[in-house]
Amino acid sequence: MKLHEYQSKFRFAEFGIPIPRGKIATTPEEAFQIAKEIGGPTVVKAQVLVGGRGKAGGVKLARTPEEAEQHAASILGMNIKGLTVKKVLIDPAADIRTEIYLGVTTDRTERRTVVMASSEGGMDIEEVAAKSPDKIAKVWVHPFLGLRDYQARDIANAIGLPREHWREFIQIAKGLYDAYVQSDATLAEINPLVITGEGSLLAVDGKMVLDDNALFRHPQLAEMRDTDEEAPAETRARNAGLSFVKLNGEIGCMVNGAGLAMTTMDMIKLFGGEPANFLDIGGGAQADKVATAMQIILDDPNVKAVLINIFGGITRADEVARGVVEAIEKVKPNVPFVARLVGTNEAEGREILNQANMITATSLAEAAKLAVEAAQSAS
Amino acid sequence: MSILVNKETRLIVQGITGREGQFHTEQMVAYGTNVVAGVTPGKGGEWVDKIPVFDTVHGAVEATGANATVIYVPARFAADAIYEAADAGVPLIVCITEGIPILDMIQVRAFLDQKGVRLIGPNCPGLLTPGEAKVGIMPGNIAIPGTVGVVSRSGTLTYEVIDALTRAGIGQSTAVGIGGDPIKGTDFIDVLKLFEDDPLTEQIVLIGEIGGTDEEAAARYIAENITKPVVAFIAGRTAPPGKRMGHAGAIVEGGQGTAEEKIKALESVGVKVAEHPEQIPDLLKA
Repeated sequence: MKLHEYQSKFRFAEFGIPIPRGKIATTPEEAFQIAKEIGGPTVVKAQVLVGGRGKAGGVKLARTPEEAEQHAASILGMNIKGLTVKKVLIDPAADIRTEIYLGVTTDRTERRTVVMASSEGGMDIEEVAAKSPDKIAKVWVHPFLGLRDYQARDIANAIGLPREHWREFIQIAKGLYDAYVQSDATLAEINPLVITGEGSLLAVDGKMVLDDNALFRHPQLAEMRDTDEEAPAETRARNAGLSFVKLNGEIGCMVNGAGLAMTTMDMIKLFGGEPANFLDIGGGAQADKVATAMQIILDDPNVKAVLINIFGGITRADEVARGVVEAIEKVKPNVPFVARLVGTNEAEGREILNQANMITATSLAEAAKLAVEAAQSAS
Repeated sequence: MSILVNKETRLIVQGITGREGQFHTEQMVAYGTNVVAGVTPGKGGEWVDKIPVFDTVHGAVEATGANATVIYVPARFAADAIYEAADAGVPLIVCITEGIPILDMIQVRAFLDQKGVRLIGPNCPGLLTPGEAKVGIMPGNIAIPGTVGVVSRSGTLTYEVIDALTRAGIGQSTAVGIGGDPIKGTDFIDVLKLFEDDPLTEQIVLIGEIGGTDEEAAARYIAENITKPVVAFIAGRTAPPGKRMGHAGAIVEGGQGTAEEKIKALESVGVKVAEHPEQIPDLLKA
């Protein structure tokens, strides 16, 4: 789950990280009031859960409260990469001398949390990693020790941070690590962390991504979820306990198991079609869950055929078939269905599906081919 | 021969009185697995079928001499269950549970590396040595004994591959589901080493997916250390970047972890990579 910039920075502030004393506005009038309270130049920043908002015109400098109001009026409602801006953050404009990067994330290869810093602040860290990896300093944190002072000092030194800022930098790095751990984050990033004209450090922009599996420990953070980041179908699927990702093709997929679901998508592509979604219905495949999954798939107007691929395993294939037929009676779809059921009692399962006028297949390759053909003849 | 589990395995089930635990215990016993004890805190002294239930893993190990455990407890208690098993000195821990927080797994891994015990999973289907024993949730009926070792990050996709092998008359030595999480107890290279050292395994099937760089690490390891033929399949060629495809670990991030990169890495060291699972038997025979 992604947090907005303002949510991330407010969270960082709880761990002693200095942030601009800005506020959130949802109307131009509010933006005017906030800018007036701040006094002096402000920055009006779109709060959307995608990158590249600066390039899209979603971040603007305002010299006066009137300008802040005008900018807010143009940014609110703006569409940035498919997302509508509903909130702007009004921050006092910082007097930026130097920009650095500071981030915490999981290093899967090292199986450790890694703290990274770079002198190339303000740039996308992945870009820096690709162009000049030597400009990124990293330390790996032992989970039972936490980030130690010497480690933070090491990265400060490695990125060439002037010594007079080390003490403050160490406090910020440790604060960011603590915010990361105590929020169960998978990413916590300050970019840029700036050295201001007054010679102090300030977290001008921030980003956090939280581990969905750990939200049960953080009910107050879980409430911050902005469902705008997801396609509505993805929200609906999540609430139903289904794992769903919307894609742009014409063949809907309903599969049990994530690996098999990806494979099914890949095979549709291999045989000349395009998958409309990733969908893992999990184990069991009870009728009501299948029906919800089917409804979500069929709500997509691009879908011209649906491929059901269930590897029964311990679940009996005839039970799954009954669940599918029951769901079809409820949902009454008007596109062709191709089904492949494998597992215990698969012959009985196929018979049940045949009687319900479904196209059935035995192999995965055959099922994918039939689904591609069905979609082509339907369009 | 086989790896990790066989007829000598004396298994504990942690979470035996739960719905999943009870169901799969029945399935494992029916397959012939020697389940010697169950553990559910607060239910010590009870019985599940003919299996005694203990309050603690220590108690279960002391009374039964168990040498492996399988964990079916909910995600928020699963890390604790792993620590308990490791602390009791169980040398093989298989964790089926999905949804353990990643920071918990980083701690678990650091603790286990010190203890020197092996964890399979979490978020995995477990282990199956056809004709001998199964630990976890794999359907035993689709497998037949043989000489192909299978290692996979997936669940049902693994069944799909085992089923395709069996239909082609190709038996399996052991199937190992290492799990779909980003931080796990056992990685591809650990299992590749075990298969290389197992005299009965003649060929290896590796089933990977998008996310992380474990397949690339496996490719480097294969080039240097594996003499047996390896056939691979990688799921997720059509997965969009930045989206988590069901498994916590199945995500392309910052241009890393794509199927293309993994396939390229494996092919560059002579591994045959199947375009779809049903091609795997042909590639093994070729």
